[in-house]
Amino acid sequence: MRPHPGNVGHAATPARETDNWGGTIRFGMGQQRITRAECAHVAALARLELTDEELDRFTGQLDELLDHVAEVEALDLEALPPTMHALPIANLLRPDTPGEVLDRDEVMAQAPFAEDGQFRVPPVLGEAP
Amino acid sequence: MTAVEIAAAVRSGQRSARSVVDEHLDVIAGGDADIHAFNLVAAAQARARADEIDGAVAAGSDPGPLAGVPVALKDNLCTRGLATTCSSRILEGWAPPYDATVVEQLHNAGAVVVGKTNMDEFAMGSSTENSAFGPTRNPRDTSRVPGGSSGGSAAAVAAGFAPVALGSDTGGSIRQPAALCGVVGVKPTYGLVSRYGLVAFASSLDQIGPFTTTVADAAAVLDVIGGPDARDSTSISDSQPPVSDTLADGVDGLRVGVLAELSGNGIAPDVAARLQAAVGALESAGARVAEASVPAAVYGLSAYYLIAPAEASSNLARYDGVRYGLRVDGSSTPDMNTATRSAGFGDEVKRRIMIGTYALSAGYYDAYYGKAQKVRTLIINDFASVWEQFDLLVSPTSPTTAFSLGERTADPMAMYMSDVCTVPVNLTGQAAMSVPYGVGDDGLPVGVQIMAPALGEPVMFRAAAVLEASL
Repeated sequence: MRPHPGNVGHAATPARETDNWGGTIRFGMGQQRITRAECAHVAALARLELTDEELDRFTGQLDELLDHVAEVEALDLEALPPTMHALPIANLLRPDTPGEVLDRDEVMAQAPFAEDGQFRVPPVLGEAP
Repeated sequence: MTAVEIAAAVRSGQRSARSVVDEHLDVIAGGDADIHAFNLVAAAQARARADEIDGAVAAGSDPGPLAGVPVALKDNLCTRGLATTCSSRILEGWAPPYDATVVEQLHNAGAVVVGKTNMDEFAMGSSTENSAFGPTRNPRDTSRVPGGSSGGSAAAVAAGFAPVALGSDTGGSIRQPAALCGVVGVKPTYGLVSRYGLVAFASSLDQIGPFTTTVADAAAVLDVIGGPDARDSTSISDSQPPVSDTLADGVDGLRVGVLAELSGNGIAPDVAARLQAAVGALESAGARVAEASVPAAVYGLSAYYLIAPAEASSNLARYDGVRYGLRVDGSSTPDMNTATRSAGFGDEVKRRIMIGTYALSAGYYDAYYGKAQKVRTLIINDFASVWEQFDLLVSPTSPTTAFSLGERTADPMAMYMSDVCTVPVNLTGQAAMSVPYGVGDDGLPVGVQIMAPALGEPVMFRAAAVLEASL
């Protein structure tokens, strides 16, 4: 499974209990659409840590939603293009000239930790220097 | 006094902006403890701004079409130097370094910001119970919810705290609370109002719009906040004619469709009866009314609850404890990100991020997100055929009147169903508004939704004015 963009490689992928949706395994009515393990994996991708109670509750609630939205499976959508956006706009350009910018000090003042005009964070890779 | 009346009185020097603002701040001080419409009341700033406007009038200049009008802003609209929380712990302590375009426009029109209103966290919810700062109560009956997610804005107008409030509508978050609180609420055509400075939930659906007590006030506000903005690449590049100019043109000869898929199944009988009364009023005013069908509209909720969370999961990735708001320490940056997000987001936001992450993840993208985008096309196509036969469509705004606090919080699906009448229009980008039209069996307000094709605001407002006058 490809990691979610922006959440690259921070969580080990747990063993999958099902095949990909839309793949070979087809669920019948009333069967679980998302397992607890998948729910935990999704939470990790989204950088959320859930308690056991939250995981139990969210698994049931997500399963119920996925069961509801499965109604669209009955539709023949093959010939239709996807809509990303309601407006027919693409590649809108503006002149490449400098304009107003935000005040750097004002922006940095909002950071939880800043130093020398930079955002300060804990170690990203390995040990602190 | 309505916004239009206040502006006229202030511009002509009959009333001072300061007296108008003081009066509203007094009403807030006396009533908001019971309602909790506001996350923050900016009393000192509002008084100072009112004095500025009075100074301008005294000096012989015109402060603008909303001179001295108190305005409440949903707390996801950026206000420079004034805390903007989205009713979330994760934005704790954040004061934006810039104003949203709509905030600048209101300022330039002479309006006075009186505070920031409570909302469902990051606009995810239909009752304003998903706020980190506690729920807002419906001013018509404080045991009921005001609707959501812009419940604080709707309640502020309904309670008389401000004649105008702004909200945002991603799946009904202006129209549904407007209906439940008995005020006018407008979701403009996508792209008509700049989204610059609106904290993003689902960018292809979000749109800012006004709450007011009268249709004319909503038109006056929309005329101020509509228009192109170079800072929002999705704003429509042409200026539109003012809605206020044609408000009194009536509906004689207009073709109005009653949208069958949103007006039958699941609609409470007392709500359906009010829709019938509204249809009768439009017919009496000369509109030609018939049943209209948008078969794919019934799939709106399913498409919406995949597309909106998918976009949200991407938009809310920015809350990582690095640049603003809350940070909860961790031994590494990923640990810090996770600790911050786990502590900072509430349950509903976590659920939606997870649904969206799931729907976008490898192996599920085509089955869920890809399919939802095609359903979106199907709904757009179905509406396009209906617009060949009709100028406007009507339906209830909400299937029921305001429900009780706590009634749907344990059951997210039941809460999501509250949006069934409003989500299709967000998917298509069309214009829609809710107009109060009497009360249901419980004595609580019922809203009628009027829908128009993209940029059909002038015609939509004409019908709204007819409904308002028929009550």
